[in-house]
Amino acid sequence: MTKTNLPPAEDDPHPEHSRDAPLSIHDLTVAYHRKPVIWDIDLDLPEGKLIAVVGPNGAGKSTLLKACLDLIPRVSGDIRVYGKPYRQQRSLIGYVPQRESVDWDFPVSALEVVTMGVYGSIGWFRPVLRKHRAKAQEALEKVGIGHLAGRQISQLSGGQQQRVFLARALAQEAQLYFMDEPFAAVDAATERAIVALLRELQQQGKTCLVVHHDLATVARYFDHVILLNMRVVAAGPTAEVFHNENLQKTYGGKMPLLEEAGQALRQNLS
Amino acid sequence: MFFGDPILLATFSWEIFREVLFLQEYNTRTVVTSTSLLGISAGMVGSFLLLRKRSLMGDALSHACLPGLVIAFLVLVLFGGTGRNLPILLLGAGATGLFGSAMVLWLRNHTRIKDDAGMGIVLSVFFGAGVVLLNIAQKMPGTRTAGLESFIYGQAAAMMRADFILLSVLAVAITLWCLALKKEFTLLCFDENFARSLGWPVQRLDLFLLLLIAAVTVVGMQAVGLILIIAFLIIPAAAARFWTDNLGRMLFLSAFIGGISGWVGASLSSLLPRLPAGAIVVLVASSIFIFSLLFGSARGIVRRNLDQLRLRRKIGRQHLLRAVYETLEQMSPTPDDPFPRNRPVPLERIVAQRSWTRQDVRKLLRRAEREDHLHEWNERELSLSESGFGEASRITRNHRLWEIFMITHADIAPSHVDRDADSVEHLLSPEMVRELEEKLGLQNIPASPHPLTREVHP
Ligand SMILES: Nc1ncnc2c1ncn2[C@@H]1O[C@H](COP(=O)(O)OP(=O)(O)OP(=O)(O)O)[C@@H](O)[C@H]1O
Ligand SMILES: [Mg+2]
Repeated sequence: MTKTNLPPAEDDPHPEHSRDAPLSIHDLTVAYHRKPVIWDIDLDLPEGKLIAVVGPNGAGKSTLLKACLDLIPRVSGDIRVYGKPYRQQRSLIGYVPQRESVDWDFPVSALEVVTMGVYGSIGWFRPVLRKHRAKAQEALEKVGIGHLAGRQISQLSGGQQQRVFLARALAQEAQLYFMDEPFAAVDAATERAIVALLRELQQQGKTCLVVHHDLATVARYFDHVILLNMRVVAAGPTAEVFHNENLQKTYGGKMPLLEEAGQALRQNLS
Repeated sequence: MFFGDPILLATFSWEIFREVLFLQEYNTRTVVTSTSLLGISAGMVGSFLLLRKRSLMGDALSHACLPGLVIAFLVLVLFGGTGRNLPILLLGAGATGLFGSAMVLWLRNHTRIKDDAGMGIVLSVFFGAGVVLLNIAQKMPGTRTAGLESFIYGQAAAMMRADFILLSVLAVAITLWCLALKKEFTLLCFDENFARSLGWPVQRLDLFLLLLIAAVTVVGMQAVGLILIIAFLIIPAAAARFWTDNLGRMLFLSAFIGGISGWVGASLSSLLPRLPAGAIVVLVASSIFIFSLLFGSARGIVRRNLDQLRLRRKIGRQHLLRAVYETLEQMSPTPDDPFPRNRPVPLERIVAQRSWTRQDVRKLLRRAEREDHLHEWNERELSLSESGFGEASRITRNHRLWEIFMITHADIAPSHVDRDADSVEHLLSPEMVRELEEKLGLQNIPASPHPLTREVHP
C-alpha cells in the first residue's frame, strides 16, 4: 500500500487493445466516496484461459470484478466484452459472487438458487418451467451435489454452498466467467472438483477470471495471472510474470514468508 | 382484554358474531371482504419486504404518509369540498410516503448515515410534520377532521361503498403484481448483485416493490390505520416463515394468514366499534404469529424441541441395545458358537460400556421395558426379550455398516450418512449394502440375524 506511484512497467504503456478479447478493460478507475480504489487498469484477457487475480486484502480484486460487471459505478474507463460494449453482451457473462454476499437463511432450495442462473433467459413475468429446473439439476449434478437439490440452502455446508454458486454460473452457459474467491473455505476434494470444472470450461473455449488467495497453487491451476494492488502490477502468462519480484511489488517487502513462497514457486516453475 | 370489560361484553353476543363472521349483513360484508383482500395483498408484499430486510423501511413509509394525507385534506377543503374524497386523500398519502422512502434511499446512497438511522430520521420528521399539520387542520374553522383521525388508528366501519370497490380492486391488483413478479422479486431479495449482473433494472424493480408497499399502506390506512399497517405487512410473513422453508409456500401461507386476520379482525371490530380496528386486526394476526412461533412445522419452538427429545430418546435406545449386544458378544467367544446368544448380562458391564451413570442406565432400562425390549431386569443384571435381542442385533449391524461405509467411502460419506436412520437400506442401494456386508463378513455378527424387514420401529 505504500508504493502506489511506481512508474508503469516498460512493456505496458499503451497496449493495443485487441478487438475480440473476451474482456478488454481500458483505463478503468473506480472510487468509493471520492477515494480511488483501483487506478488506470488496462487489461486484455486472452481467450480460453484460466486467469487468476491475486493481491493482498483490500487490493481491489472484488472491486475490479464488480466494476467489470457494472455493479458499481466507474470514475472512468471503458469495458468491452468480445469487442462490444458490456451492456450488449450480458448473456455471455457468468458470475460467481463471494459466498458471504448473500443471506443463506433465505427460504429457497439449492435447486432454486441454481435455477436463478437461467432466469436471464426465461424473460420477465414468465414462470420457471420444468425444463429450466432440469437444466439446473444438470448443473448441480455436474458439481457433484445433485442429491442435495431439495435442501434448503442454510442446511448446506460452506463448500456445498460454494458449489451451488458454481452450479448457478454453469447454468448461465456463459462464455466469460467472473468468480470471486471460489476456493475460499473449501476442502481439498472440493478444490479438486472446482479445478476440474474450470479445466472443463476452458476446454470448451470459455474464459474464467478467478480471484484467488492461495499463492502456492496459482502456478498449478492458472495459465495467466493478474497481480493487482490498486493498479495492475503485472499481467501475463503465469510462467512469465508470477515471480518473486512482482510478488514483492504486489504484497510489499515486509513479508519474509512470502519471499520464501515466491522462491519455492520459481523452483516449481523452472 | 376486551372480553372482560362489562360494557363491551354487553354488546357482544354470539348471535351477532355469527352474523358478522358469515357476512350476513351488507355493510359488514363489504368491510370484511375488503379487509381480507387487504390482508392477502399485505401478506404477499410483506413477504418480499421481510426477505428484502426492509421491514423498517415499510414503517418509515407508512408514517411518512401522514403529512401527505393531511395536505390532501387541506387542499380539498381549500377548494371548497368536505375533504371526503378518498382517492385524493390516498394519493396525497402515498405521495409523501414514497417521498419519505426515497429520502431513506437517498440518505443511504449519498451520505454516511446508516440505513436504520436514516429510517428513524425520516419516520420521525415526517410523522412529526404530519401531526403538526393535523393540528392546524383541526384548528381551522369549519372543517371536520374526525374522518382523518380514523386513518391513523383505522376504522374499518367508516368505509363507504365507493371506497370498498376502489380498495378491493387495488388490493387484488397488488396481489396479482406480486404473483407476476415472483421470480424477479425473489432474485432481487436473495442476490441483488447477481440480478444486476443479468442486466436487470434492479433499482426500478426495487422502486416498484416500494410502490406496492406504499399501495398496501394507503389501501390499509382506512381499515388498519397507518401506525399499525406495518404489523399487517410483517407479521403474516414472519408467521408463515415458521411453517416452511419454501418461498412459494411462504407467499401463499402469508397471504392466507393475512386474509384470515383481516376477516376475523374486521368482523370483531364491527362488533366492537369503540375499539380501534387496526389494533384488533393486528392482535388477531399476532395470535396467529405466536401460534406459529410455537407450533410451526419448520421452525416452531415446540416442534423443534419435540424433534430433539425424540432423537435423544431414539439414540439413547440405540446406545443401550448396542451396549448389551456388544457385551453379549464379548461373553460368548467360543469357536463353535461364534454368534452371541441371548442371556442375562451383568448391569455393571453395561454401565462400563459408555460414559453413563447408573442413573442414566436405569432410566434407559425403564424405557426399554415399556417398549418390550427387556425380558427382565434388576439392580444386578438384565436380559433382553426376543424382540429386544432382534432389535439389538439389527442396530449393531446397522451401526457397523455405517462405520465401514464411512471408512471406505469417506469422500461421499458426509452427505449420505444418516447414522440414526432406522436402517442403512433406507439410504444406501442394495448393492452398496451387500458390498459393505462382505467387508464386514469376518466379524462375528451374522449378516442378517433376523429376517430384515423395512418396518420402522416406533
Ligand atoms: N462499499 C464500499 N465502500 C467503501 N469502501 C469500500 C467498499 N467496498 C470496498 N471498499 C474499499 O475498497 C478497497 C478494495 O476493496 P475490495 O473488496 O475490492 O478488496 P479485495 O481485493 O477484494 O479484498 P479481499 O481480499 O479482502 O476480498 C478496500 O480498501 C475497501 O476498504
Ligand atoms: Mg474480495
